[in-house]
Amino acid sequence: MSAILIRNGRVIDPSQKIDGTFDLLIHDGVVELVKPSDKKRSEKINELHVIDATGKWVVPGFVDLHTHLREPGREDKETIASGTRAAIAGGFTSICAMPNTEPAMDHGGIVEQVLQQARRANNAQVYPIGAITLGRKGKELTNFQELFEAGCVGLSDDGDPLTNSLLMRRALEASRVFNRPIIQHAEDKALFGKGVMHEGYVSTVLGVEGIPSETETIIIARDIDLAALTGGWLHVAHISTAKGVDLVRQAKKLGIRVTCEVTPHHLALTHEELKGFNSMAKVNPPLRTSKDRDALVQGVMDGTIDCIATDHAPHTDWEKCAPLDTAPFGISGLETAFALCYQSLVEPGHISENRLIELMTSAPAELIRIEAGTLKKDSIADFVLVDPEQSWKVNAKTFVSRGKNTPVEGRVLPVKIVGVFKNGEMKFLEEEKTQRSEHA
Amino acid sequence: MSAAIETLWTRKHLLGLEDLSADEINTILKTAASLKEVSLRPIKKVPALRGKTIVNLFFEPSTRTRTSFELAAKRLSADTINIASSSSSLTKGETIIDTVNNLEALKVDAFVVRHASAGVPNLIAQHARASVINAGDGAHEHPTQALLDLFTIQEHRKKIAGLKVSIIGDISHSRVARSNIWGLTKLGAEVTVCAPPTLLPVEIERMGVQVTHDANEAVENADVLMLLRIQHERQETQLIPGIREYRLRYGIDAQRLEKAKPDLLIMHPGPVNRGVELDSFAADGKSSVILDQVTNGVAVRMAVLYLVIGAPEGTPLEGAVV
Amino acid sequence: MNRAAAKPGLLMDAQAIRRSLVRIAHEIIERNKGVQDLALIGIRTRGAVLAQRLAQEIAAIDQHEVEVGILDITLYRDDFSRVAPNPIVHETDIKFDITNKRLVLVDDVLFTGRTIRAALNALHDFGRSKCIQLAVLVDRGHRELPIRADFVGKNVPTQFSDRIRVQLEDTDEIECVKLELSGGAV
Repeated sequence: MSAILIRNGRVIDPSQKIDGTFDLLIHDGVVELVKPSDKKRSEKINELHVIDATGKWVVPGFVDLHTHLREPGREDKETIASGTRAAIAGGFTSICAMPNTEPAMDHGGIVEQVLQQARRANNAQVYPIGAITLGRKGKELTNFQELFEAGCVGLSDDGDPLTNSLLMRRALEASRVFNRPIIQHAEDKALFGKGVMHEGYVSTVLGVEGIPSETETIIIARDIDLAALTGGWLHVAHISTAKGVDLVRQAKKLGIRVTCEVTPHHLALTHEELKGFNSMAKVNPPLRTSKDRDALVQGVMDGTIDCIATDHAPHTDWEKCAPLDTAPFGISGLETAFALCYQSLVEPGHISENRLIELMTSAPAELIRIEAGTLKKDSIADFVLVDPEQSWKVNAKTFVSRGKNTPVEGRVLPVKIVGVFKNGEMKFLEEEKTQRSEHA
Repeated sequence: MSAAIETLWTRKHLLGLEDLSADEINTILKTAASLKEVSLRPIKKVPALRGKTIVNLFFEPSTRTRTSFELAAKRLSADTINIASSSSSLTKGETIIDTVNNLEALKVDAFVVRHASAGVPNLIAQHARASVINAGDGAHEHPTQALLDLFTIQEHRKKIAGLKVSIIGDISHSRVARSNIWGLTKLGAEVTVCAPPTLLPVEIERMGVQVTHDANEAVENADVLMLLRIQHERQETQLIPGIREYRLRYGIDAQRLEKAKPDLLIMHPGPVNRGVELDSFAADGKSSVILDQVTNGVAVRMAVLYLVIGAPEGTPLEGAVV
Repeated sequence: MNRAAAKPGLLMDAQAIRRSLVRIAHEIIERNKGVQDLALIGIRTRGAVLAQRLAQEIAAIDQHEVEVGILDITLYRDDFSRVAPNPIVHETDIKFDITNKRLVLVDDVLFTGRTIRAALNALHDFGRSKCIQLAVLVDRGHRELPIRADFVGKNVPTQFSDRIRVQLEDTDEIECVKLELSGGAV
């Protein structure tokens, strides 16, 4: 019987409020924490692959509520195989795939096809998000039952908002029955117009169409009202504005069922990044002002924001290397997410590393109700080794994702993912310092 | 030759006036003043850029600016190629970078770029080895237009510092306004922008200008009035309720000019929408310097081509070499 | 190499410069049999000053005003590809028609002849003059083109690497011509 022992690492598992030096024993694809002093437990095992994790953090595999895998339809941007491999590289062992594929994930068959491809790729676990409306066109609702039976964990028309208030009401009503969230890409399309970036001084100087903050907040406010009306579960995707965070905060106080996520780039960057027409910083919702960014950080600190999600949205380089107004929105975020969040949230002292890990593991897993993001005994052995001392320079050319576009190119990030295990299987391990014990 | 070679110009590209120092702007204006005389000679040509190839890469139709650049290049003896490509060439599968790389393979020295999208000259400059001159990009900048405006003001008023300049029109969508705001404020003018609220971009005050919605206020006390063209399509997007209303509130006519300074200069980048932003009395009257602007455009563009093409490759963006 | 060159130091003082210009003015009038159709073209910067002074001297002798133009030859240089960034252009100011005029081109120092070549090309673009003569304050030799001066203030044998420094009151506050050695004698 073979097993892996991760020895002497600092195990941080917010789901159990554990933070201390432990050995992690992986046996039959599940985990068990062992006190370093407890030699007996590991000695029983015949063939033990020992990995010394001294000085490293051992944390549950990250969970991403918001990944665009592009397959089916735009395999030139990303495939399920490349996207899940990129997830692993970034420490994500579970990811939610957004439905804005071509065709959209609006039928059980497509969902099953995606899941099959994901199984074949055997990288990160994929949890599909189904479309709310057929073809994400905002006209007719999809068959929710069919989508959830096929394996969806939530519904969204992401990439586009669901603007029709009546359909949003119906979807929120249905969410009560399934206890799954309706994930809204909050954007007033008319107000958005041909917007390119946040409407502010930078857009004025560059002479490009702005996207005012109200584009987001109008829809968040409406959806909160609809959530209150229906008792349904609203999840606000990639929140970007100070006012949006405020709306969610007030709604939560009133007991309305609303949750929300924030992306690493909105926590780290502002619209200043767009100076010089940097299309690598063109995302939707747009990077906003430092005031908004500070409010997002505040929202993370006070718990208004429930978790961090990447909104990994890869594109080909030729599409992205275009005039700012024609370049597509979106960046490759999986591989920089943890280190960038660490730099924006933990280094300045806003939150602890434990809290950050929680926001990327148990918090999203519990929110979307999947079994992941924990190192509880006998849970699936998805975990990550982090070197807290190793800084690295972002080089998009080395990204595993097909999308080589990042707004943090060249930035030095302070912590590094050095090992990832999925289902107890080693996916990668940097500077492998292992030894085989010879108990037989 | 005993005279030391002096220059203050080391930039390889001219992408906008935002990044230029007042000294750099003055270097262009001085050079233009020297070059203006070339166009008055019997043989309007000097050999300064002999053997250089300049591509006029116009993704957006333009007769005036392209003609002006072409004349400027020819008067400096450069060879010019005109490429008029629709902005939608991207949909045909070729990207802007592809287009530029193909042209670079033909060994060219400079691209004069006009595009409906803001930032295209910046994008090309990042990928091209040749010099890039912005001939107007979206609503971003139109540096040579602002330079010729500055040159024209300077010709009439000697000094720009301290002058009160009002820019009236669609500020939101105007690259001419942006470049002029940068240029004028750097040279010490007091700039007021005047437009209906729908045609003013947010936080424009931070560019160092005063804002008014009242055309009479903009005209009074102004030393220079710059009018901008009102595009009829603004009406379709509900930015202005109608051309008539615009004319009534913001059009410059004899009545509105009654309170103007006697030595007021009226400028317009052309083409003038007669009867909208400017009536014939104002466009053709004694205050109008609109045709001087056109004449000076060639001298200013000659200066820009001469300076930019002469800049060595990979030079830093600032610093004087004397 | 044996240098038959002048010694470094002062070559001409203010008075010597003035005497040269008076002599050249006389020579110009003599050569052209008067000042009919005569015009002076000074090459920027110091040639322009010298041309103005020659015009004054000529007027003093002949009681006739001769027209003076100023030529900037920057745009006609043959070393564009070798000097970067491009040198600053100054204004050319020739307000009269040069067609059928007898032109005297004026510069401070005649060296390789390239400046004069550039000036001749430039003048061609202004029209067809009757003839062009050349007046210089100092001829230091080392011609690289078949050009010679018609009127010379002073011939100075030099090493190629030497430097002749002409300073005139109008541009430099002091007035003298000096020979400077480059980086010490070899």
